[in-house]
Amino acid sequence: MSTQSYQVIGTRPIRHDGVDKVTGRALYGADIQMAGLLHGAILRSPHAHARIRSINTSKAEALAGVKAVVTAADFPPTGDRIVDLGEGETPLSYIRGNILASGKVLYRGHAVAAVAATSPHIAAEAASLIEVEYEPLPCVLTAPEAMRPGAPLLHEDLKTKEFGQQTDRVSNIAEHFRHSLGDLEKGFAEADIVLEREFHTATVHQGYIEPHNATALWNNDGRLLIWCSTQGAFVVRDTTACILDLPVSQVKVTPMEIGGGFGGKIPVYLEPVAALLSKKTGRPVKIVMSRKEVFEGTGPTPGSFIRIKIGAKRDGRFTAAQADLAYEAGAYPGAMVGAGAMTVFAAYDIPNVTIDGYDVVVNKPSTAAYRAPGATNAAFATETVVDEIAEHLGLDPLDLRLKNAAKEGTRRADGLKYRRIGCVEVLEAMKAHPHYRAPLEGANRGRGVAIGYWFNAGLPSSCTISVNADGSVTLVEGSTDIGGTRTSVAMQAAEVLGIPAGSVHPVVVDTDSVGFTAVTGGSRTTFATGWAAYEAAQDVLRQMKERAAKLWGLEPSAVRFEGGHFRASGHEISFAELAARLAETGGPVVGRATVNPRGVGGSFAGCIVDVEVDPETGKTSILRFTSIQDAGRAIHPSYVEGQMQGGSVQGIGWALNEEYFMGPDGEMRNSSLLDYRMPTALDLPMIDTQIVEVPNPGHPFGVRGVGEANIVPPPAAIANAIYRAVGVRMRRLPMSPPNLMQELWKKS
Amino acid sequence: MQKKMHVTATINGEVQEFLCEPRQSLLECLRDILHLTGTKEGCNDGNCGSCTVLMDGRLVTSCLVLGPEASGAEIVTVEGLARGRELHPLQKAFLEQAALQCGVCTPGFLVAAKALLDREPQPSEQRIRWWLANNLCRCTGYDKIVRAVQQAAAELAATQGGMNRL
Ligand code: FES
Ligand code: FES
Repeated sequence: MSTQSYQVIGTRPIRHDGVDKVTGRALYGADIQMAGLLHGAILRSPHAHARIRSINTSKAEALAGVKAVVTAADFPPTGDRIVDLGEGETPLSYIRGNILASGKVLYRGHAVAAVAATSPHIAAEAASLIEVEYEPLPCVLTAPEAMRPGAPLLHEDLKTKEFGQQTDRVSNIAEHFRHSLGDLEKGFAEADIVLEREFHTATVHQGYIEPHNATALWNNDGRLLIWCSTQGAFVVRDTTACILDLPVSQVKVTPMEIGGGFGGKIPVYLEPVAALLSKKTGRPVKIVMSRKEVFEGTGPTPGSFIRIKIGAKRDGRFTAAQADLAYEAGAYPGAMVGAGAMTVFAAYDIPNVTIDGYDVVVNKPSTAAYRAPGATNAAFATETVVDEIAEHLGLDPLDLRLKNAAKEGTRRADGLKYRRIGCVEVLEAMKAHPHYRAPLEGANRGRGVAIGYWFNAGLPSSCTISVNADGSVTLVEGSTDIGGTRTSVAMQAAEVLGIPAGSVHPVVVDTDSVGFTAVTGGSRTTFATGWAAYEAAQDVLRQMKERAAKLWGLEPSAVRFEGGHFRASGHEISFAELAARLAETGGPVVGRATVNPRGVGGSFAGCIVDVEVDPETGKTSILRFTSIQDAGRAIHPSYVEGQMQGGSVQGIGWALNEEYFMGPDGEMRNSSLLDYRMPTALDLPMIDTQIVEVPNPGHPFGVRGVGEANIVPPPAAIANAIYRAVGVRMRRLPMSPPNLMQELWKKS
Repeated sequence: MQKKMHVTATINGEVQEFLCEPRQSLLECLRDILHLTGTKEGCNDGNCGSCTVLMDGRLVTSCLVLGPEASGAEIVTVEGLARGRELHPLQKAFLEQAALQCGVCTPGFLVAAKALLDREPQPSEQRIRWWLANNLCRCTGYDKIVRAVQQAAAELAATQGGMNRL
């Protein structure tokens, strides 16, 4: 199917929600207004680690305009159990504890209590009147610190899981796992060159521009209604129901337009709190976070400590590789180190590999996914070591990668054997790209390359398509649209139905109105919800063939659908003409589908970057940047390019500037968008893109997810470029002016 | 509770009156009192640009302006860019260039870009980047936003009387 030509796929229609978003009409979560609306505010911990001795809310409650105050004591006593709410198995107590602390606070910014009042200003004032008595405790802020024997413990009952077995060892290491392939010692013994290097990466934030928000109304009929900004309405429904001890059907979540997520809007923070406040007051309650709360109270991505060792023959063939990955989970276990281990050597076919992963809790906000979570940290380490090996062996860095590139059939240390992947194609496209051969002249300038991988997700999606009498269709889906997926999903239905993209009207609906659909995350929406749309459209065609057969007095099997027309010998009717005759042939046609696809196709992305370093200040400027990625099949090329450009620039920010600048007390010292420096338009050149298409055999149109792999290679590519520019190997992120100057001074 | 103040301002060409607390920002007044929720809040401290509006022809971050300061002023928000059913060339260009992903930064970029093209109909790429540097976008990497502004500038130059429509 992948070689055939398409009518809709590969074109660039205007997105369906576009007009609403350029006129200011689109309604985001914070835009909700309703009669009797109260405003919530959250009191957060000023300590990175402390025992809560007491909470006194009486002064807050006495303030005029305050309607309710809640603390963790207001949660129903559900006890603890293991739940899987879309992000793997987690004790309920961790999820609940992160929403409102009880017993201890584990990071500065940890939510402790909440207020509802008649205005946001009164709510904030009231929150500051809540008196909390703390017993401050020593804190640990990095993985190496937290792993040290005798380190202060965040959870006195956290016992290390080692190699899949529960041990009795209490420590900050939630889990230690190992993946092995081949014989590591033998592999290193065969090598002509072995390099071992250590890396540190700082905590960084997803940095979506829209802060978290939630509005809840605990209705008089007992149903809880929620409007919020989320990547997954069903995750919010299930998590909130679980925490508030309600059947899922008693919670209805309406996903509003979402102003960016990048993984950070999968976890639930505000919804259960707004719900408790609504329960106490009988009125709708809206809570919107401030930017400082977003930084201090929501999940950034893990900082990490990584050790990489790679052995190679003189001809460049890798013989063995070893990785130790220690990722900072933040306050609760779950640092995405598993994904780091799956991606650390994902681009290479290496016979002997051992990977050790450590999931370590520290007194920082509980981490959340961030675009290919765990992979960027790992690739920064691996890809700079690979670059160093190329230098030592006098090989072109892309030739070295091509020599070792993973392909169909390559087995990774974590057990997976690749199906058709596009690693070689991406590397070849990089090599053939004019940017790679373009002259780069001038002092302190250098070019670097790197490749990265993200495995992407499948998971369930549901979709219905109803046929309108005017020949258009309405497509109902449950995937919140963060970057144009209404259109990329609608285009797949349009392709099947032989109608223009504009004749499909996609709507994203609440949890009562569509079947279960997993998060917009893991680059899965165009892949999985697109597949659901494909199947629902097939269902429509099947029913429409029956209608055509009825009109013509034939068997449905005699009817074909081709080029937008239903045909049988001597008969022909277009999709639109038949749509106008549904009433007379038996009534409405609604197609439906649910999918839980297995044929997920991972995506490789490479980048080529030219930098110039100012040796006086340590500032690195990006002169030219090219992102190359395997999309499988680009449904809407503009939005594929957009993903590549956006991910690349987030990677550039991660590489050069962004970090949680923590004081020894665990206070983030740069919790504003002035001091947490994300790239601006002025910091960047155009971001060139080249889409590679190695169709995914596991999808009807060959789609692979494209949202994530693009963020993975930039930090490593930039480090490699900096080395070529000024001769220092950067092994710490960010490669900010102070960190780069340190290295330059060491060298001179 | 503070006593409310009476404010009269011209908003998107219409004279509007409203009552606000002295501590309420213009952003809050626009969103919560006048229900003009197209203007977005990303930081509330002047560092993201999503709340950008025009105040007497000058670009301001409305989160840093107090409501009462808008007294007598002329305010233009994203809701005031289209002429009835006809989109502003910048709005059209943003759609055609796919210059938005989540779209939450878009209102601020559109208003800021309009202020630029009002002053300088043919800005260079570097000038566009400089002018838009107070507006953060985390989704697009800015490439398509810059191209959309270039397209709108070209279109305005090509259209007879283009300058008058701005
Ligand atoms: S909300 Fe005003 S600049 Fe960010
Ligand atoms: S499009 Fe999402 S922040 Fe700009």
